[in-house]
Amino acid sequence: MQEDTLPKLLVRNAARYRHKTALREKEFGVWQPVTWSDYLGHVQRFALGLASLGFSRGDKVAIIGDNRPEWVYAELGAQAVGGVAVGVYQDSLPREITYVIDHCDARIIVVEDQEQVDKLLEIKPDLPKVEKVIYYDSKGLKNYRDPLLLSFAAVEALGEAFGVQNPDYFDREVRAGSGGDVAIIAYTSGTTGLPKGAVLTHTNLIRMAQNLLAVDPLTADDEFLSFLPLAWVGEQMMSISAALWSGMTVNYPEEPETVQANLKEIGPHVMFSPPRIWEDMVSKVQVKLDDAGWFKRMVSRAFMSVGYRMADCRFQGRRPGIGLRLAYLAGELLVFSAVKDHLGLVNLKRAYTGGAALGPDVFRFFHALGVNLKQIYGQTEIAGISVVHRDGEIKFNTVGRPIPETEIRISPDGEIVSRSPSVFAGYYKNDAATAETLKEGWLHSGDAGYLDQDGHLVVIDRVKDVMRLADGTIFSPQFLENKMKFSPYIKEAVVLGRDRPYVVALLNIEMGNVGMWAERRQIPYTTYVDLTQKPQVLELIAQEVRKANEDVPAAVRVKKFVVLHKELDADDEELTRTRKVRRGFISEKYGVLVEGLYSGAGEIPIETDVKYRDGRQVKIKTSLRVISADDVGVKA
Amino acid sequence: MYAPVSPQLVIDSLTLHFGGVTALTGVHLEVNAGEITAVIGPNGAGKTSLLNCISGLYRPNAGRLFFEEQEITNTVPHRRAELGIGRTFQNIELFKHLTVLENLMLGRHIHMKTGLLSGGLFWGPARREEELHRRRVEEIIDFLEIESIRHKAVGTLAYGLQKRVELGRALALEPRLLLLDEPMAGMNLEEKEDMARFILDVAEEWGTTLILIEHDMGVVMDISDRVAVLDFGRKIAEGTPEEVQQNPLVIRAYLGKQ
Repeated sequence: MQEDTLPKLLVRNAARYRHKTALREKEFGVWQPVTWSDYLGHVQRFALGLASLGFSRGDKVAIIGDNRPEWVYAELGAQAVGGVAVGVYQDSLPREITYVIDHCDARIIVVEDQEQVDKLLEIKPDLPKVEKVIYYDSKGLKNYRDPLLLSFAAVEALGEAFGVQNPDYFDREVRAGSGGDVAIIAYTSGTTGLPKGAVLTHTNLIRMAQNLLAVDPLTADDEFLSFLPLAWVGEQMMSISAALWSGMTVNYPEEPETVQANLKEIGPHVMFSPPRIWEDMVSKVQVKLDDAGWFKRMVSRAFMSVGYRMADCRFQGRRPGIGLRLAYLAGELLVFSAVKDHLGLVNLKRAYTGGAALGPDVFRFFHALGVNLKQIYGQTEIAGISVVHRDGEIKFNTVGRPIPETEIRISPDGEIVSRSPSVFAGYYKNDAATAETLKEGWLHSGDAGYLDQDGHLVVIDRVKDVMRLADGTIFSPQFLENKMKFSPYIKEAVVLGRDRPYVVALLNIEMGNVGMWAERRQIPYTTYVDLTQKPQVLELIAQEVRKANEDVPAAVRVKKFVVLHKELDADDEELTRTRKVRRGFISEKYGVLVEGLYSGAGEIPIETDVKYRDGRQVKIKTSLRVISADDVGVKA
Repeated sequence: MYAPVSPQLVIDSLTLHFGGVTALTGVHLEVNAGEITAVIGPNGAGKTSLLNCISGLYRPNAGRLFFEEQEITNTVPHRRAELGIGRTFQNIELFKHLTVLENLMLGRHIHMKTGLLSGGLFWGPARREEELHRRRVEEIIDFLEIESIRHKAVGTLAYGLQKRVELGRALALEPRLLLLDEPMAGMNLEEKEDMARFILDVAEEWGTTLILIEHDMGVVMDISDRVAVLDFGRKIAEGTPEEVQQNPLVIRAYLGKQ
């Protein structure tokens, strides 16, 4: 039989691997294995249990809870009898849960425990379509008598009995499924407006796994730890599609709080996490190292610098010298393997980050340790992943190249559009949004980006946040600002250039670091204003701007800038309270500077009102030097 | 399990002196199996003394105690523990340098049967027994949701968590009657809510009888089936939370005489 649905893949794996471990859950302090045949058994009983409750093809099951085997049994059980699984984030507010459950027309809800049961009983009057709430952790629910409630075990028992009376029902239903059937509806959180339900078919999900694994193969002996919400398409893709396709073992942590310890115990071969998880790990290691004794600190620092040199060699595609390779080997034995073991990364073949940009420092840190961390890019609407770094082709500023069967293009508006067998079927009950996103088979991401000379995709910003120069070239102010702010000497950056011939920037220095830098070079300065206009400081900042400009297309590089004589401040309304720059306000307030930057002036006199904390207002009068980023050497 | 034909615990005219000071005077209290009874009262009313008499720490000067129809007035504390009376203390009584798991395993010692020799060799029955107890302890860890601190030394934990471990240590004994001395003292609101939930679940899931001393009246009124009020060593009222709240003697004891 052609395995074109997830339940068919499960049946195939149960026949192929039988008593091999498919899932593992830590319970009562011990990792309890579930074999592939047990896995199928649970799914079969739950599916038949659903059937005995009158569940039929096309019906929806909403699932809310932490990652547990039962979550997955419920999803595959529903799909086995032609149903659709809808994951709901477990920390959602009752209002959000109500919306999703009602919008997706779920008849059955599967929840984890008392907390979720209580939440649902509270919103029950708003959920007229719901017929049953099935829970899998019965703690504290002994005396609940609501007719809506049913335990997971009870549903499996119903299924067992149903199976005795209808012995070939399960096989028949699984066989009746086809790749075009809807497998899941993934609701996107959406920063604005109501969540939208992306409808993904079995083909969408399976081809996605197939194509990703063609780039980065996984085997049935690999391990994975499933700890991000299963309602998120990334987790669906790894712990369901990729796991069923490859036959790898999926492990479920004991509790959300024990993930770090469980990672160490399992030592997974592959991981996919948003930047936050990787950033956390870096800061944890740094704190540990700072707390260590002087000897350990010295040794680890020395080897980390070896690691960084090795990582840079790999990034630049250079062959490391024999000395560096030997030093790295020693580092691996003495430092790196211990750190990796502590973090649970020692067996990793590769690790992915996605969802948001990850700073180059974090990338370099992991590669210095020898962790093959790669960027991925994709949307829920394309089953999670469409672009990934290939091994040995890591570039910090790109998200890699498209996976097989995937085309990526840049629309005339600068928007990233993609086409692949994994592009979704549309938004559930929202044709207007579907029409906006899906045009002639091309998925419109809403992201602006470009392809670099190696065919790597660079994502710059949301399309609605990009600007155009006078000649129509698009650029992303935020992208350029963030690149400059990676410098330890630049604190704030405001990039301007809408309808202008080139891009300019207003910059704030990071007083602490620049001050220290100046002291080390014995450059005397008096005030903040004085420091900002020192020729050496201006040259330092020009260097940093050139660095940030390096891998940006020439047309949208920062051409001229001034270093501001005062820090941008929320009290002066230049920043929001969350420290985001208020571009419009600033370009008006510093209109003189902006005009100067485009007029070819070498120096611009300026007068600014500054409000002190105690309410006093003073005028600062000074003149600022205009610096061209390309001119090397600022004259005194 | 004990069949509740008569009260599980009967405290009959209990009197306790410390020299010239009278801590308890003729206190009478009956507690039914599976109920949550709160003992409340102003400072120095004799609440902890009463708990200490039940657990055997203090020997009363007069009066008798019956647990499951068996007289325990003169039974030594460890024997009472074996009979099924467990307790927690107002000030946490755990081994600070041992881990959570080790503390809970110690709480199981009265159930351990193997002798010194086989236990020392850790072979055969001793090993099987250890596994059985570990399983039970892990169930308690799961119940109290303390998996993430299983291997942490108790002394390094936050106060609220230590209180939770203390409850776990008492539960490891598998008591049929559990005495809790101020289980929520010093906790913040969230910790209190968690603890109240655990106490209700202990009664509900395991049918354990609970007697607790607590100062937070909100909690007492929310979770107790019955409330007994002590004042200067005498029981001045007893009943359901609603009855007790309306009792003029109780109002006077708490608010002072008008």
